[in-house]
Amino acid sequence: MKISTFKRHVVESLKSLKRNGWMSVAALSAVTVTLLLVGILFSILMNVNKVASDIENDVQVRVLIDRGTNKKQEAKLKQNLAKLHSVSKIKFSSKEQELKNVIGSYGKEFKLFGGDDNPLNDVFVVSAKKPEQTVTIAKEAKKMKHVYDAKYGGASAKKLFNIVDNIQKWGIAISLLLLFVAVFLISNTIRITILSRKNEISIMRLVGATNGFIRWPFILEGAWTGLFGAIIPIIIVDLGYVWLYGIISNSLASTGYSLLTPSVFLFQIDTLLILIGIVIGAIGSGISMRRFLRI
Amino acid sequence: MIEFKHVFKKYPNEVLAANDFNVKIRQGEFIYVIGPSGAGKSTFIKMMYREERPTSGEIKVNDYELQKIKNSEIPFLRRELGIVFQDFKLLPKLTIFENVAYALQVIEKDPETIATRVNYVLDLVGLKHKVDAFPNELSGGEQQRISIARAIANKPEVVIADEPTGNLDPDTAAGIMEILERINSEGTTVVMATHNSQIVDQYKHRVLEIEDGKIVRDQTEGGFFQDED
Repeated sequence: MKISTFKRHVVESLKSLKRNGWMSVAALSAVTVTLLLVGILFSILMNVNKVASDIENDVQVRVLIDRGTNKKQEAKLKQNLAKLHSVSKIKFSSKEQELKNVIGSYGKEFKLFGGDDNPLNDVFVVSAKKPEQTVTIAKEAKKMKHVYDAKYGGASAKKLFNIVDNIQKWGIAISLLLLFVAVFLISNTIRITILSRKNEISIMRLVGATNGFIRWPFILEGAWTGLFGAIIPIIIVDLGYVWLYGIISNSLASTGYSLLTPSVFLFQIDTLLILIGIVIGAIGSGISMRRFLRI
Repeated sequence: MIEFKHVFKKYPNEVLAANDFNVKIRQGEFIYVIGPSGAGKSTFIKMMYREERPTSGEIKVNDYELQKIKNSEIPFLRRELGIVFQDFKLLPKLTIFENVAYALQVIEKDPETIATRVNYVLDLVGLKHKVDAFPNELSGGEQQRISIARAIANKPEVVIADEPTGNLDPDTAAGIMEILERINSEGTTVVMATHNSQIVDQYKHRVLEIEDGKIVRDQTEGGFFQDED
């Protein structure tokens, strides 16, 4: 193909988008709605996945030490805990440190419990090598001397692991399903706009245009539709995400979990939306016109 | 050069639209194809640009043997023909300029050549001042002139016109005929299907009459009705 011919196809595709008026608006709206849906659901899924893996990688057992246990006994307990082979790390946190955490999360009122009134225990924070080992570690720790209690996020931890596992599995399935729906919706709308131009295509053929020559402007028009259709979803997803990120990360701060950082994540999702739009738009029109180009 | 040798065409509904057509049209000829509606005129015309395929027989247009031609070669055959339709078949969303230019863009001419040639043919059909109009802004006669301009834009050796004056009033039809005569006088073959007895009698050329799928008359310089002799 000559460069001037390719230029002609680009110009022609943009003109056609403009001159087809309402038909183009219809196709653009369908792409916009679909991509918005894809954008929102992807943002949710990817963040749920992120928090889920945060939780999974972060489960620790908090071993509360009996009050009145002396330093020597504490050291002995630490040794015993370290002997459990699924333990990767043990961190000591004094009851003063614990109170600071409580004040940080729940407010200054808890300052009243400072000094000798501090009702909290010293704590060994034990990290497991693998998340699912936390339950065993807690059980073993409870049996040891000088241990007041061993907590691993309550009885719900086991359930949580199940849920996280499921979210990750289903997340992939839902994403694939969503992509499939997007492909179907976008290419179908473009198909309808091309159906209405069957006559034009037959005239082009009578004037001696090859199939390739007829096809190119339509494919480019589909790509433009996809690209322009991605603009509004990108704006909404970007602004919405930054806004929600502000709100949600504040309340997540005390838990130590976090959402995906907007600067990186939004770049990824914007690129994804643009690519889905362009590729599906172009392929959708390419496929839709095939039936009119058979002789 | 166009040649039909023992061409038969039977449609799926059993209608025999071409019953042993044998015709030879030489370069530079002007030939009318006449006959009542449904006689087979359009089938004859459409087989020339391979919109219809013969059931059997041989058709030769320039160097193309249409019974052997591949689908991918059809666009190239059509580029050697200028086709004018009764219903004009202009692209509704392109301007007049773009409609005529389309026939040249298809053969990948460069933009300057296209602009020069389009202006020339639009001038020839007297519609240079309408370049930026859209087809629906023109009268039927004007649209037909644009359709002719498009047909001759890439200097085809043959112009095929299927009832080009069919929807037009006598004055406008005469205007169209003047243009076709002019094209023919420059050496282009013109094959024209028509119902219009006045035109056939006024502008004398070879007449091919088809009735019920059979060629019943092939007469040089004939009138619309066969002379009783």
